[in-house]
Amino acid sequence: MRKYLLLIFLTLSSLASSAQQEVEMADTMRSEGKIYVVVAILLLILIGLVGYLVQLDRKVSKLEKRLSERK
Amino acid sequence: MAKNWWKIAAVLLLIYTVIAGFLMAVPRLVIVNESIRALYFHVPMWFGMVVMFLISTIYAIKYLRTPSIKSDILSVEFANTGLVFGLLGIFTGMVWANYTWGSPWHGDPKQNAAAIALLVYLAYFVLRGSVDNQEQRSRLSAVYNIFAFAAMIPLIFIIPRMTSSMHPGNGGNPGFNTYDLDSRMRMVFYPAVIGWILLGVWIATLRVRMRNAEEQILEIEDYA
Repeated sequence: MRKYLLLIFLTLSSLASSAQQEVEMADTMRSEGKIYVVVAILLLILIGLVGYLVQLDRKVSKLEKRLSERK
Repeated sequence: MAKNWWKIAAVLLLIYTVIAGFLMAVPRLVIVNESIRALYFHVPMWFGMVVMFLISTIYAIKYLRTPSIKSDILSVEFANTGLVFGLLGIFTGMVWANYTWGSPWHGDPKQNAAAIALLVYLAYFVLRGSVDNQEQRSRLSAVYNIFAFAAMIPLIFIIPRMTSSMHPGNGGNPGFNTYDLDSRMRMVFYPAVIGWILLGVWIATLRVRMRNAEEQILEIEDYA
């Protein structure tokens, strides 16, 4: 009986330790602050594209205005 | 400006997505590791696509009830934007699959079904391109649009859940929400979905306005 209890205890403890095993993530990159470079680049691209979209929106609005004036 | 508040909301939500999506904590999972952050960008593409296609179908039904060129333009341009979102979804999924499943095209049921759904929608544009008469084109494509939407929903949302798909939340696979620390991911994921949908609506309405202007110019030219 004691043997079985020990076996169960060992299995459970090994399961618990494997669940806590460290999963590899980009921790070094984060600690070095390089992740901010990635974020900055993506933000620039996003804002650039949105700016282009805003410009397009304005152009279409102008076109609509000119057309409504003609009617 | 007051009418464009949702465009500003779209931009703010997307800026938040990029910042929080890369800087906030995520669950530490094996295999996916840091690539779990792709969820903030890959999945909203599909949400965007479904919403664009839904709006497209609504205007297709509206066209069939009361035919007007305006409904037709709305329907086709929302389908166009939806297709762009769908293609981005497929390609981002291929990149992600390459690193987590081992190859870009894994024959995963959801991946295959999504590709079929896109092909069904591509046929919509083939159909439009092959009919010269404007009224016939609008009517036929509106009918087909409803069929395409009705085919897309089971292809993406039902069939992959009935078989064993490697996508989270499908088949025997638990969704991401069953993992721990999910509430932190939701705080980025839902704003991302709303942001991308709003951006999609913005792009689609821009195209609609351009097409409407084009129609007006044609009208003026006809009278001149």
